[in-house]
Order: sequence, then structure tokens, then C-alpha cells
Amino acid sequence: MSSQLSKEFLLEAQRRMVRIRLFDERASKMVKRGQIPGTVHTSIGQEAQVVGACMALGDQDYMTGNHRSHGHPIGKGSPLSPLMAELVGKATGVCKGRGGSLHLADFSVGSLGESGIVGSSIPIATGAALSSKILNNGKVALAFFGDGAANQGNLYESMNLAGIWKLPVIFLCENNLYALSTPAHTVTSGVIASRAAGFDIPGIRVENGQNFIEVFDAVKTAVERARSGEGPSLIEVVTYRFNEHSEGLRLGVDYRDQNEKAEWLAKDPIVLFRDYLIQESIATAEELDAIFASVEAEVEEAFEFSQSSPFPDASDPYLNLYTEPFEVYA
Amino acid sequence: MKSVMSYLGAIGAAQREAMDADERVIIIGEDVEANVYGTTGAGKARAAEGDFLQRYGKNRIRNTPISEEIIVGAAAGAAMTGLRPLVDLSYSSFTYLAMDQFVNQIAKNRFMFGGQASIPVVFRSAMFYGLNTGAHHSDRPYPMYMNVPGLKIITPASPSDAKGLLRSAIDCDDPVLIFEACPLWPMKEEVEEDEYWIPLGVGRTLREGTDITIVAISGAVPEAVAAAEELAKEGISAEVFDPRTLVPMDIEGIIKSVTKTGRLVVADPAHQTCSAASEISALVAEHAWDSLTAPIKRVTTPDTQIPFSPALEKHLYPNRLSIAAAARSVLKVSQPV
Ligand SMILES: Cc1ncc(C[n+]2csc(CCOP(=O)(O)OP(=O)(O)O)c2C)c(N)n1
Ligand SMILES: [Mg+2]
Repeated sequence: MSSQLSKEFLLEAQRRMVRIRLFDERASKMVKRGQIPGTVHTSIGQEAQVVGACMALGDQDYMTGNHRSHGHPIGKGSPLSPLMAELVGKATGVCKGRGGSLHLADFSVGSLGESGIVGSSIPIATGAALSSKILNNGKVALAFFGDGAANQGNLYESMNLAGIWKLPVIFLCENNLYALSTPAHTVTSGVIASRAAGFDIPGIRVENGQNFIEVFDAVKTAVERARSGEGPSLIEVVTYRFNEHSEGLRLGVDYRDQNEKAEWLAKDPIVLFRDYLIQESIATAEELDAIFASVEAEVEEAFEFSQSSPFPDASDPYLNLYTEPFEVYA
Repeated sequence: MKSVMSYLGAIGAAQREAMDADERVIIIGEDVEANVYGTTGAGKARAAEGDFLQRYGKNRIRNTPISEEIIVGAAAGAAMTGLRPLVDLSYSSFTYLAMDQFVNQIAKNRFMFGGQASIPVVFRSAMFYGLNTGAHHSDRPYPMYMNVPGLKIITPASPSDAKGLLRSAIDCDDPVLIFEACPLWPMKEEVEEDEYWIPLGVGRTLREGTDITIVAISGAVPEAVAAAEELAKEGISAEVFDPRTLVPMDIEGIIKSVTKTGRLVVADPAHQTCSAASEISALVAEHAWDSLTAPIKRVTTPDTQIPFSPALEKHLYPNRLSIAAAARSVLKVSQPV
């Protein structure tokens, strides 16, 4: 499958991975400088897992995500400026400043929303797949969630419903080995991917989640299966977050082994993919440098946009609470 | 043309109208295919004339597993992407299993995503109180949901209100929870067979009066009417008002009545603390204080769990006697002997 990918497509993959990296590096700095209120959770280190999954989807396909939230819409093709403005709480933000880092959503690229409640958006993706099925519009839905979320009951209710109704949905577990400070193996009985067997749906474990092609191939197979009416799949991608759980978080205990960290840092998905593209003579170093430089400019532009944009008007606290609003007696 | 319909029959009629009117309306829930709860078919038997499964097919009438969280969440996701699901949750107590989806997704997504989502979905559930089903099935939980901005809440108290309000709920682009009171099920009345819609947020005066306003909710409505009839015999003229929808609340209608009578009793089958009655009382106290000539009185269910025994349950809820007694106490008159 990957052998059929065009150069253009592969370079777009690298571009999106670099976008996530540079966007999140900038967001991290902005948190530390007080330019973003609250905190953010970066996808640095997990770019191949995010973009591999997003690019296996079509532009019209749906996606939901979690608190580690910026990578998903970026991976799906969302422009950076409204995302950055949202992190700062500006009126020009993708959610008009009502969502913030934890609740990015860009319906124009099929991003139905990130969720601050761990696991809570999995049923939403399942429901989007239900509407695809009933409306027969060929759209597939994908739910991103972590290894921590894999222990929420709603995942199993979702897999069961998707299984009986053969819904076109992909449950994509980003197993970065930890839920905050908790090692996955200490709270997870068995292998996450193996849980699919109980629902008689495919359960695939991508061991090398740092490799764009491996993630892409696994998700693409599931997407094609879903689109042809054969139903859901569970995919567990093993990966690692390079930063702390959230930016600025100081736990005072190091719950991650230094050797383990060093091993994973050596498996930088962006470096690996760059090397691959050069080795296979798909792209030159100059071409890849140019992508990096243009994304740097995009992020700079997004930052400027977030700074120059106005804050939202505070006069209407009820804006968009309802589609059909009513007078409130306060 | 009008015909006699029961409360459940009127709900079934509204569901049929909505299914006929719009392909995007689907019905999902436990046991809806076999019409176990009596709103998705003509008779009890499958494939009887008017049976929803036969009429609309398996794609639009779907039995679900007993998994309330995914039923509610999937309905939300489907509503965000082009369907208009009508969800039968059977008993109101089962809504709690889906609390995360109601509170964190359904109520918040449109607001939180800056208006990108609209979530046209209706959740029906029945409050099986007064039927000796014990504590797990007898809840009247609408006040909990009134505390969640982003939801709309309706509590129809007659067959004709049920039919017209349900149509409006299904056509509404916002999520609506409808709480149906089982004590109202036996109620029958003439209902318009043609389509009609009752707007959300508009209450109804069931009986005009000048001495006291009784605002009644859900299953307390017929009890309040009976209380008013009793009071009339004693020379007390009570006005009975049913807000019909709790969010949005027709507070103007309530205040208009209180302005006329100067006195207010609120009868609400929910537990007292933070009940709909509490909210109505507070709003009237804040906005119509000058019209009041006596303290407001709430008639609610005491803050305890619902016991099973028939000897214990029935008298807990507002009834014609307790509502009439509350009215007399507000009017400082005693019951004639
Ligand atoms: C329901 C719920 N419980 C707890 C939290 C607090 N919390 C936020 S992220 C997180 C860890 C999640 O781990 P995982 O799902 O593996 O995602 P990761 O952060 O590793 O990407 C926790 C415990 C929450 N937001 N929601
Ligand atoms: Mg994790």
C-alpha cells in the first residue's frame, strides 16, 4: 500500500508532522512565557502515529480526539492560525475562544472535537459512524484516545455497538506507555489490541508507532475495511511522548526511566521519516529543509495572528449555547 | 379531526409523524423493535399494522444493547453529523449511566466548539413513580438536568401537550430531554390528529382563578386541577398553570398569574432540594416580590428515597390533598369541616 504513495503525499505527511512539532514547541514556550493561560499537552514524539492515522482518512472523514489535542486537527489538515488563536483565547480562535487547548474542533476538516474528559469522545465518533451508515455517505470516523482511556467502559460499549451494527469506525489507541504518571502495564490487564477479539473485530498492534508508513498502512487497511461495510477495527499504536504529560508540569518524581527515555528519543519520527525519504531517493535534503523552513514561517504567522487578534466580546455569555436561544431570567 | 388518544398513544403518534416527515429521524433504544414500551407500534405484536419496524425498516428503527452511555453518546455523534435521533431511554433513572455524555458532550459541544456543532437529538424517558417499583425506577430527575446549561427540558402533562411538544422537540436543533410521568399514562383525551407543534417555553393555564396561583409540573398537574376544584367548593378561586417546559421556562406566564393572584404554590413531584419548584419560587421572589401578598409554598417530594411498599410510597408525592392544604395555608384559611 505504502509503495503506491506519491511523492507529493509523502512530503505532505512530513509537512504535517513538522507542523505538529513546531506548533507544539511554540505552544510549550508560550505556556512558559504566560502567553497561553493554563496548560497544553503536546504530541511531540507522537507525530507519526497522529499523522499516519489522519492521512489514512479522507478529507471528508470524521475524527475525535482527547486532551493531547493539537496534533489531531493539524494532522487532519486544519490551518494553524485559528488553532493558535484558540490556545490564546482569541475571538478568531477556531472555537471563538470558548474551547481552548483541550477542546479544539474544526468541523471543516472533519474534526468533531477534542475532549478534556478522558475517553468521553469515543462514543461521539461511534455516533458519527452511525450517521454515515444510515445516510450511506461513505464517511469513516476515527476516535483517538490514550492507553489511559483504554480502561474507560465507554470504549467497550462503543466497540460492541460498532461491532453489531458494523459501523465504519476506527478506535485508535495512542499507547504512549503512560497515563500521566501511571505506567500502562500497571493498570492494564492484558494487551489493549487483544481486547478486540472479544468483540470479533480486528485488533491490530503497531509496535513501531514512530514509523509513519507502518501506522499509515495499518490504519488504511482499517479505513478500507470500514468503508466497504465490514465494520470497526481497534488499532493500538505504541509510541512515546517526549515532553512531560503537560507543559510546565513539575511532579518532583521521575516516573520514567532515563534509559527508556533515551531509547525513545533516538526514535524521533520526524528524523526517521526524513532519513527514509532521503535514503529511498524520494526527496532531497534541500526539499525537506524547505518544508521545515516554510512550516517555521507558518508557525510564526500563526503566532503573530494569535497576538494581533482581539479577545472575544464578553457581553454575551450565552453565545452559541443553543441554536435556538431564549431569554434568560438572571 | 380529533380522536381520543392516551398519553402514550399521543407520543406514538408524534413519533410516527416525525418519522414520516423527515428521513433523518431515527428511533434507537432498548426493545423499540418489539414496541415493548408502546410508542413504536400500533399494537403489542410485531408486524401489526402501524408497527414501526415494518413501516420504517431496520435501518431507522434500531434495538440497542443495554449500554446507556453509548446509546446517548452515539446519538449525540449522529446528531452532530446529520441525523436527528429520537432516543428511547425507557426509565428516567437509566439516564444516569450516560451522565458524562449528557453533561460533558451533549450540553457543551455546541458552546465549546464556538457554534460549529448543532445537536438535534431528543431523549425520551419515563418516570415510573407511584407504581411501587421501588427506589431504582421511581426517580423524577429533571431538576438535575435543569442545572446543565445547553439542554432543553420538557415535561408534558397531557396527551395533547405530549404530541405537540414532542414534535417541536424533534424539530428543534438543540438537544431536548423529555420526561414523561407514568401516572399520566392512563390519561385519555381528544387530540388533534393532524400535525401541530407546541412551542418550547410556552406554558398553559388550565384553570383561571383570582385568589392563588398553583404552578404544577408533570404528574402534579392533574392533581393541582383536582385541588383547585376542591378549593372552588370552599370559595377559593385558584389558577392552575403548567409551564410544560422547564428549560426554557415560561417565567413570564407564571409572573403574570402571580401578579393577578398575589399568592403562589408550586407543586412538583421532584425531591424538594433544588427542585423545579425551588427555581420557580426563587424567580418569582426575585422578579415579582412586590406582587406577593403571602409567602410562597412548595409542595414537593421529601428529600428521601422512594420506598417500595404501597403503604409508604403514594403519599410522598404532591397530591390533591397536599396541594389544597398548601393553598389554604398560604391563604391562612382552614379546611371547612
Ligand atoms: C475522566 C477523566 N479522568 C481523569 C482525567 C485527568 N487526566 C487527564 S489526562 C490523564 C492521563 C490520560 O492518559 P492517556 O489516556 O494515556 O493519554 P496521554 O496523556 O498519555 O496521551 C488524566 C488522568 C481526565 N481528564 N478525565
Ligand atoms: Mg498515555
